[in-house]
Amino acid sequence: MSLELLLASAIGLLVACGIYLCLRGRTFPVALGITLLSYAVNLFIFVSGRLAPGMPPFVATNAGAHADPLPQALVLTAIVIGFGMTGFLMELAVRARDETGTDHVDGEEPRKD
Amino acid sequence: MSAHLTILPVLVPAFAGALLLLLAARSIAPRRAVGLTATALQLVASFVLAMRADEVGPLVYALGDWPAPFGIVLVADRLAAMLLVALGIVALGALVYARAGWDTHGRYFHAFFQFQLMGLAGAFLTGDLFNLFVFFEVLLIASYCLLLHGLGAPRLRAAVHYVVLNLVGSALFLVGATLLYAVTGTLNIADLAVRVAQLGPSEHALAKAAGLLLLVVFGLKAALFPLYLWLPGTYAAASAPVAALFAIMTKVGVYSIVRVFGIVFGADAGPLAHLASPWLTPLAIATMAVGVLGALASHRLAEMVAWLTLSSVGTMLVAFAAGNAESLSGGLYYMLHSTFMVAALFLLAEIVGANRGPSGDRLQPAPPLSRGALLGTLFLLGGASIVGLPPFSGFIGKIMILRGTAGTDAAPWIWAAILLVGFLTLVGMARAGTILFWQTAQGEPAAAAGMTLGTLGPALGLVSLGVVMAAFAAPIKAYTDAAAAEIVDNQRYVEAVLAPMGGRQARTVRPLPSVNDR
Repeated sequence: MSLELLLASAIGLLVACGIYLCLRGRTFPVALGITLLSYAVNLFIFVSGRLAPGMPPFVATNAGAHADPLPQALVLTAIVIGFGMTGFLMELAVRARDETGTDHVDGEEPRKD
Repeated sequence: MSAHLTILPVLVPAFAGALLLLLAARSIAPRRAVGLTATALQLVASFVLAMRADEVGPLVYALGDWPAPFGIVLVADRLAAMLLVALGIVALGALVYARAGWDTHGRYFHAFFQFQLMGLAGAFLTGDLFNLFVFFEVLLIASYCLLLHGLGAPRLRAAVHYVVLNLVGSALFLVGATLLYAVTGTLNIADLAVRVAQLGPSEHALAKAAGLLLLVVFGLKAALFPLYLWLPGTYAAASAPVAALFAIMTKVGVYSIVRVFGIVFGADAGPLAHLASPWLTPLAIATMAVGVLGALASHRLAEMVAWLTLSSVGTMLVAFAAGNAESLSGGLYYMLHSTFMVAALFLLAEIVGANRGPSGDRLQPAPPLSRGALLGTLFLLGGASIVGLPPFSGFIGKIMILRGTAGTDAAPWIWAAILLVGFLTLVGMARAGTILFWQTAQGEPAAAAGMTLGTLGPALGLVSLGVVMAAFAAPIKAYTDAAAAEIVDNQRYVEAVLAPMGGRQARTVRPLPSVNDR
């Protein structure tokens, strides 16, 4: 069991759950799905610099192997933006429920016939 | 000052937006003054930038003076500068129009408007793929708020769809961008262009997947078939000045396709050259067809304009997919034209709707309009231009695209699609115009509403740009020709950006071995 396999299957699982929840009809599961997707993406960004356990994060003067610092900066940006967007989506969902009286993503209850 | 000119179109709205947040509790007059001044300033800066980019080639601005590819750069080449000017013109028109009343519905309209401008300008200027994502998010969050401006259930419903779709799109963007980083070890667009051409055979599949993921994302923003479903509802639900500004927002997606698939996966990319073209041509033709069919089936004028936005996106993407300089130039000219015309028609749709009493802009017979002749003439000018009738700008743009695509394999399809779509657009516009202005029902004309210089002025200004673009077609074409040449041959762009690190031979740091070296 390598670290690569563990991370890859974690990302895959998160994406699968995220997509399933995004396709639901109510705004709350959709917001959860978006959150899971963004977790998966954050992990993906992190591993794009390759996994380098135990390596120094910056280039030392006697340049040997080291971890890639850039994806860590990218993932930080992505987390901040994702957090803000999720907050906005929750506010929007609450507002839409107040205005339309339903939490269905189409703003109306599906017809039963 | 001139050294910092490149970043001005981003900085001006950023500061103005922050100032407008502080002024939110004050009366509307100072907010309008700040908003208008900032937008006018941005337009002037963009215009100067466009002139400079034409004289001395791509202007590169290294943020924090970190040289590319290590730091983030802003690059103002002709393509970016040209779109900045278009952005400034449309924004000014929309903002003047909004003064007639839309901007009083919420305190933060002007602030969001400036942040939207900041995001759009940044997206056009940036030379870094991840920074492009950040500016996408800036313009998206502002667009969410602007779309919701004025509230009401239909807008909220459209906003939920729009926000969720774009959040998924952002996730895909990140996957595509970081996948490209994982393969090449860089995110700078110029450096990517060099690296992608040098990839080993075992890395091609990953790079291809990354590129096509980015195509999906940009296609979503540009409303490419089959990712267009969000656009008509969203644009038709937005208030008129916001919809007019959104006319340039789809162009960000189109621009990103040109930038990434022109510079990075362009003619010089070795085995990955013209990565998007085989997908883009059929999808763009389908977009045109769906757009015009939607326009024919619309029940409201604003909805019809939204569908026409879609068919114009298809038209320009067909030109960009062909990939040669002549068709690219035609596509760029058409992009300018269609942005102005769509924005003008969104404004006109609301003015016409306001003057038809309870019928609004629904395409059904209603009592005659007061001042119908004036509105009808404006509609005729805008409509004829978007259909592509001579002597207006749409005609010249389509001729340029037809000539540019003549030599390609898909030429019969492209020609048939453009000509047929042009004809069907004519039918649709004629139907709408006939119902709105001639097929009047019995009854007193509705009272004239909102027919002031402040609302008619921007609409007239944008419509007359169609005539101006036709009259000054030669200098504009010279500019788009040069812009297209810069894209087709990415040499100048790459050299300009990487110059401080030794141009094409720049050795960029790659901390860990690539997939190949394992």
